Amino acid sequence: MKKVSLEVNGRKITKDIPDHTILSVLLRDILNLTGTHIGCDTSQCGACVVHIDGKSIKSCTTLAAEVNGSKVTTIEGLAKNGKMHPMQEAFKKMHGLQCGFCTPGMVMSAIDLLQNKKNPSDTEIRDWLEGNICRCTGYQNIVAAVKEAASKM
Amino acid sequence: MASLVGSRVERKEDKRFLTGKGRYTADINLANQTYAVFIRSPHARAKIKKIDTSKALKASGVVDILTGKHIAQDKIGGLIAGWAIRSEDGSEMKCPANPPLANDSVNFVGDPVAVVFAETLDEVKEAANLVDVDYKVLKAVTSLAHTMKSETIHEGIDKNLCYDWLLGDRQKVKEAFDKADRIIKLDIVNNRLIPNAMEPRACVIDYNTASEEITCYTTSQNPHLSRLIMSAFGGVAPENKLRVVAPDVGGGFGSKINLYNEEIVCSWAAKKIERPIKWVAERTESFLTDTHGRDHITHAELAVTNDGKFLGFKNETIANLGAYARVFGTVTPTYLFGPCATGVYVMPAAYSNVKAVYTNTAPVDAYRGAGRPEATYTIERIVDKAAIELGLDPIEIRMKNFPTEFPFKQTLVHQIDSGDYVSGLKKAKQMSDYDGFAARKKDSESKGKLRGIGVTTYFEACGIAPSPVVMMLGCGVGLWESAEVRFNPTGQVTVYTGSHSHGQSHQTTFAQIAADELGVPIENIDIVHGDTDKGTFGMGTYGSRSLAVGGVAIINACKKIVTKGKKIAAKMLEASEEEVEFKDGEFVVAKSNKKKTIGEVAFASYLPGVRDEVKSPLPEGEEPGLIESSFYDPSNFSFPAGSHICEVEIDPETGEVKLDKYTAVDDFGTIVNPLIVEGQVHGGLAQGIGQALYENAQYDETGQLITASYMDYTMPRADNFPEFNIGYTCTKATTNPLGVKGCGEAGTIAATPTVMNAVINALGGKEISLPATAEKVWKACKENKGSNAKAA
Repeated sequence: MKKVSLEVNGRKITKDIPDHTILSVLLRDILNLTGTHIGCDTSQCGACVVHIDGKSIKSCTTLAAEVNGSKVTTIEGLAKNGKMHPMQEAFKKMHGLQCGFCTPGMVMSAIDLLQNKKNPSDTEIRDWLEGNICRCTGYQNIVAAVKEAASKM
Repeated sequence: MASLVGSRVERKEDKRFLTGKGRYTADINLANQTYAVFIRSPHARAKIKKIDTSKALKASGVVDILTGKHIAQDKIGGLIAGWAIRSEDGSEMKCPANPPLANDSVNFVGDPVAVVFAETLDEVKEAANLVDVDYKVLKAVTSLAHTMKSETIHEGIDKNLCYDWLLGDRQKVKEAFDKADRIIKLDIVNNRLIPNAMEPRACVIDYNTASEEITCYTTSQNPHLSRLIMSAFGGVAPENKLRVVAPDVGGGFGSKINLYNEEIVCSWAAKKIERPIKWVAERTESFLTDTHGRDHITHAELAVTNDGKFLGFKNETIANLGAYARVFGTVTPTYLFGPCATGVYVMPAAYSNVKAVYTNTAPVDAYRGAGRPEATYTIERIVDKAAIELGLDPIEIRMKNFPTEFPFKQTLVHQIDSGDYVSGLKKAKQMSDYDGFAARKKDSESKGKLRGIGVTTYFEACGIAPSPVVMMLGCGVGLWESAEVRFNPTGQVTVYTGSHSHGQSHQTTFAQIAADELGVPIENIDIVHGDTDKGTFGMGTYGSRSLAVGGVAIINACKKIVTKGKKIAAKMLEASEEEVEFKDGEFVVAKSNKKKTIGEVAFASYLPGVRDEVKSPLPEGEEPGLIESSFYDPSNFSFPAGSHICEVEIDPETGEVKLDKYTAVDDFGTIVNPLIVEGQVHGGLAQGIGQALYENAQYDETGQLITASYMDYTMPRADNFPEFNIGYTCTKATTNPLGVKGCGEAGTIAATPTVMNAVINALGGKEISLPATAEKVWKACKENKGSNAKAA
């Protein structure tokens, strides 16, 4: 067992968990933050993307113990005082989601892109999101949403 | 009040999805739940000699282990084919039994043989490794082309043949072919695909020991249908003791139409072990056991005159059903395929002959488009081949053969009520700058690249479907849809639909149409679906039927609300019913300023008495309340159609195909929400393009699926696509009051042949099979270069 302390969405938590506990399992099954999704077992689909100290990572292939002491932000931690993050607003406005399953990972990845590059081109957005699979949207409105968010952030 | 139908209303469902509050099946945890893992066959074909569970039963945390023997003892029924298709000789189709846990033989890799329940997920996975199954491995039947000459998989099913079906007239086709100047021939393989909804399948089962009621939360496109099958055929519990809930569902694309082994087994087992059960598929399990799509081998022939008029068409197809026949498995390659195989053309004679066969692979069923993509691929490829052989422009040959008068009686089955194919293709030609292609090709060539252009025109039969027709064709149920509209006393409206959204946006579009009908703000309308305990029965969502069938049921129920409201309003306003008009949410007495809002009328309907300021007597004979329902059965299918044009650029040095431009012009009839329809088109295109360039499910000769993860099966990604150029024409459907036709499958149907026609055009007419991967295209470029050198 390992004692793991994290700040998750601004709340400090400490849990005793088996050594092999994956971060996505800690988030979903122990902290009940089910907005982070599991869509594959090979770290390909990106539905599980969260931020560790502000940077996007795939939580399905990260041990919880590995990120001990860091700040974790999940999709549940983006809205402030009931107001959605500009990226969330942009996905809604541009219809950047359909079934919603890949959406949390897609939003978390896209926010990290804008942290790295303020006004990315279409090609840069598409390249960055290559690690997030969406089966519904054909990606076009996701690209549009990221551009919309870039203009607001 | 402005109409909401036609407006770009942002989605009501988005906030919960965007803030992580969506509730998918795997998000549900029940107190005291056990975890399930299924033991699956690692062999494509084998006899089960013995299952030894003794070691596993002693493992830490194990609650129980059940096998096919227990299923048989409890007389739990299996999975079924929903459509009975007859062979050309009139004989009935042949379907094997498909028990939820295999009892004596397994027929594809992933076929479940046992299930383990334990206290934690870690414990159940450990214990599952200790279950010892002794198999006698048999030779697997995996080659579709040779299936009929291979060993018989299922006892009593000769040649592994389910049916040998014919639609059309062989004699008429022969006569047409005899008159032809030229016969165009084409052999194609429509490759197998895996639908890959991003949410893996899952189920969570609760059993209430007091009421003896089972609740099955599951990833389904049609919870009511699943309950019906689980009760009527599975015998798990009577329908009144079985509740099926499909909460937020992360995509379906046809793969979540079927009721699956896991749902039957876990629902039955929860009652047996008196504990809740949670099962969530890993992605590889989804690859192995979700129903797959397509997988046809087709020989097609088109009879033409020298000036490009079509005289007749025939196709001989072998369709792979996989190991078992499932709900839409037998109809997808027949009635959803054959009628559409003559395309959007006047075709004086035609037939489709389909032999559906069993193989030791995962069951094949409806996948987005279901039959219509296979049909469109066949006809649009052979039409292009005809254009090449006759030296005609691909647009010109299509224009020559379009029907111009509607209703149009299509060759094989359908009476197409409305359409304008000429305008659609003209618009696509203009939007795609078709005439500028030659210059762009030259430009590509100057950079050492090849450029090709591809055209497809299509129609599809959607709004599935008029019950008398489908039942005559072999469907086991009617395909109507239900709705119930409850006007609450304080003015909000709750609409219950038997349809289901797993990305289609029902909460928004259905609320838009109800808002228009009732004159109630959209904020005050809730759409409820996906729970057999909430609302009446329903047939679910597939075949682009939600709006054209389910939406109309809502309109009809709303109309009943207005009819009753009018009676109540007339009494309240001391006028005759004939004098009262309903508009924008108000009942108004003609030529007066006397009126009542629908909210006031609803309130009054629940308070049929007089006290203080409340004076709301109901008309004599009217019951209190304002709740109405409708079961709508469409009078015909609906027929979306369109023209797509794309351009590809090929690097002959690497074989890489870059999709450079894509233009889609579709006719969906009335568009309720353009924002949402655009999204449906984009998503459909991505799946169709995926088949053309990337996706391919492959089994090896022993029946192992060698594309069973995202490392091996190429899913289209954001950087694979250009920005799609989308346009519309509109001829309203005449067979439903909304004028809608359906938009969910169009992109997938049209995109595959459009892209392949472009690739083949770039390769100078050289035939290439699906998908046009870099390797195949590189080889084709090499061969072209070789033969050019020889010719020189």
